Amino acid sequence: MNDTAPSPQAAEAALTTADGRPLAVALAEAQSRARRRAFLLVLPLLAFVLITFVAPIGQLLYRSFYNPAFSDNMPALVQWFKENPAGTEPDEGAFAALASDLKGLRANKTAGIVGTRINYDLPGSRSLFTKSARKSKKLEPPYREALLAIDEDWADPLLWRVMRTASSPWTASFYLAALDRSRDAEGNIIRVPEERQVYIKLFVRTLLLSALITLTTLVLGFPVAYLLATLPLRHSNLLMIFVLLPFWTSLLVRTTSWIVLLQSQGVINDILVALGLIGEDGRIQMIYNQTGTIVAMTHILLPFMILPLYSVMRPIDPSYVRAARSLGASSWTAFRRIYLPQTVPGIAAGALLVFILAVGYYITPALVGGSTGQLISNLIAFHMQKSLNWSLAAALAALLLGGVLILYWLYDRLIGIDNLKLG
Amino acid sequence: MTKTLILTTALAGLAFAANAQEVNVMSWGGAYTKSQVEAYGKPFTAQTGIKVNWIDADNPATPIKAQVEAGNVTIDVADVEYSDAVRLCDEGLLEEIDHSILPPAPDGTPAEEDFLEGALTDCAVANIVWSTVMAYNTETVNGTPTTIADFFDTEKFPGKRGMRKSAKANLEMALMADGVPAAEVYDLLETEEGVDRAFAKLDTIKDDIVWWEAGAQPPQLLADGEVVMSTAYNGRIFNAAVAEGQPFKIVWDGQILDFDLFVIPKGAPNKENALKFIAFSTDTQRLADQASWISYGPARRSSGALVGKYVDGKTDMAPHMPTSEEALKNALVNNFEFWADRDTDLNERFNAWLSN
Repeated sequence: MNDTAPSPQAAEAALTTADGRPLAVALAEAQSRARRRAFLLVLPLLAFVLITFVAPIGQLLYRSFYNPAFSDNMPALVQWFKENPAGTEPDEGAFAALASDLKGLRANKTAGIVGTRINYDLPGSRSLFTKSARKSKKLEPPYREALLAIDEDWADPLLWRVMRTASSPWTASFYLAALDRSRDAEGNIIRVPEERQVYIKLFVRTLLLSALITLTTLVLGFPVAYLLATLPLRHSNLLMIFVLLPFWTSLLVRTTSWIVLLQSQGVINDILVALGLIGEDGRIQMIYNQTGTIVAMTHILLPFMILPLYSVMRPIDPSYVRAARSLGASSWTAFRRIYLPQTVPGIAAGALLVFILAVGYYITPALVGGSTGQLISNLIAFHMQKSLNWSLAAALAALLLGGVLILYWLYDRLIGIDNLKLG
Repeated sequence: MTKTLILTTALAGLAFAANAQEVNVMSWGGAYTKSQVEAYGKPFTAQTGIKVNWIDADNPATPIKAQVEAGNVTIDVADVEYSDAVRLCDEGLLEEIDHSILPPAPDGTPAEEDFLEGALTDCAVANIVWSTVMAYNTETVNGTPTTIADFFDTEKFPGKRGMRKSAKANLEMALMADGVPAAEVYDLLETEEGVDRAFAKLDTIKDDIVWWEAGAQPPQLLADGEVVMSTAYNGRIFNAAVAEGQPFKIVWDGQILDFDLFVIPKGAPNKENALKFIAFSTDTQRLADQASWISYGPARRSSGALVGKYVDGKTDMAPHMPTSEEALKNALVNNFEFWADRDTDLNERFNAWLSN
């Protein structure tokens, strides 16, 4: 048979298009042209995402380990640090370099930038730079004595240690700070004092509260989604509008409504007092604390749990449960062994969605969280907007991102991302 | 053809930009911005034809860094606190302001001598003296608080307290309430023990504090009955009490005085107009005029005598000024250098304390 029929390769080679080109070549060309055209269609989105999302985030994350504030503005001292290994006592040469840099700071009005950078690692040292730069015009050799005359803190070994670390623009010190760590004068990593530890605690709190909120949305959302999926269309449409209504209301309005309801002079407390359940002095503090954050966030994130659950429950055939019941299963067993397993993809999707949204939530805890309901995003916002320590904000954001990715990976291993169903 | 079209459009655009005489001023909003609109903005536009666009912010110093670093500056003038003015200037984020553009006092005293001490810096010109005070709602509080110590005494005066969610002012007030004389507060805060002591004092009322962030919040919290006493900017309380008839009273004991200053962000789009605006707004008469809209003291000595009545025509402004003799009995002047230096550090500690 092989002898009579031409081999497929031979047949292909023989086929040509009307203008005499081999068919395979023409086909490949046409296909790649189609692919190029398709790529041009996605190009706007790709460019949009790259320009507005990937680039700024990448640039911000870059700040978390790259801060050239010191190295750019103190060239002579950076040179001295390069030539002298760590542990060298600062000699007259070092102080001469420092003096020349201070004069440069004065001329360029950059003393504040350098001072702020060092101040991150050694609080209180900012004015040392601004003050010394202001007086640097009169500096004359011997520089060591002249600088110590301005301020004795220039002899502080910890200051020199910090300046040496900052002399390289690549730094891990913001990540250390974000993990409540710092370096001592010998360069060892130590924990910051008890009363200054805040970030790790807030990371843990953010994860725990997010998990709790995910759980409450699941407990509250599951029956609602079940009703939506099983009620006759007429009723379920109305119910659906109730679920979606908050979606169409501004986030601020919803959060503020919770303030009106929950505050100590608010609706709920007023009703409880009027009913005589609590006294005028016994008004319950339900807002400006963790309770406020949990209640408001649960409400705001509820639709993100209900919708994926609903989309998974809708196509589940009720005859499975009926069959289980007719075979003698109790209603609880039928639910647990037959119905629940079929909704797992919806639970997985809803839980992931709510959890990830909750981890990054910012406005609601800022408004109703008081002091104990703050999440890590509030501190990121604090460093972005108030303290202007963008490098630390970036380090915190990077750690949060890393943490979420690890959780996502674990989730994939345990439940499997393929099992996830959004609709 | 296309080229000419583009060129003429671009030229027209340029010409338009040059003709559109305007200046964008960012301030703190509420009654405060209103006083500036009335005392500075309206007469300025009437005299020069330059339109003033007012923009509100919780703290106008905050957007400056972002705008300058992004190279997209839209603000021409910002009204900022002292420590921010110094800090932003040190970081090269502000334009320098030549003091010779400021008009002299009516009697010929040069501006540099007419302004209060410290009111002029390389990059900033002060307009008002304001203060952080404690205020209470006479209808909800039991008794009459008279000292800053009463603010921290929840036994004698039960009820919630409102405080600004930041270390500044709270630490100083805590120490003054703990019996530290105003003159020693900053020396003590330089030490670790002093900071510990301030936080220990704050600890005593921590569970009773409702934190606020925007200056418009304390009058609201007091009016709602959410708190019985609050720290607040004195002008806001004055406005709520006098203009809106709220039953609020200020306790001047332990007040913290501060300047608000005009600055120009580096690369401001209408710098010339910004300079004109600042020179116009900080002359003797304008500063005195502002004091009849809100109870903040003028930053010029020569304005003091011109301060008259509130716009209602019957309230004498002099006793409502934070700079009145009565108010200055136990007052602290904010130490900008201390805060420029320790702001980050103490706020970190404050955040840690807050979340514990």
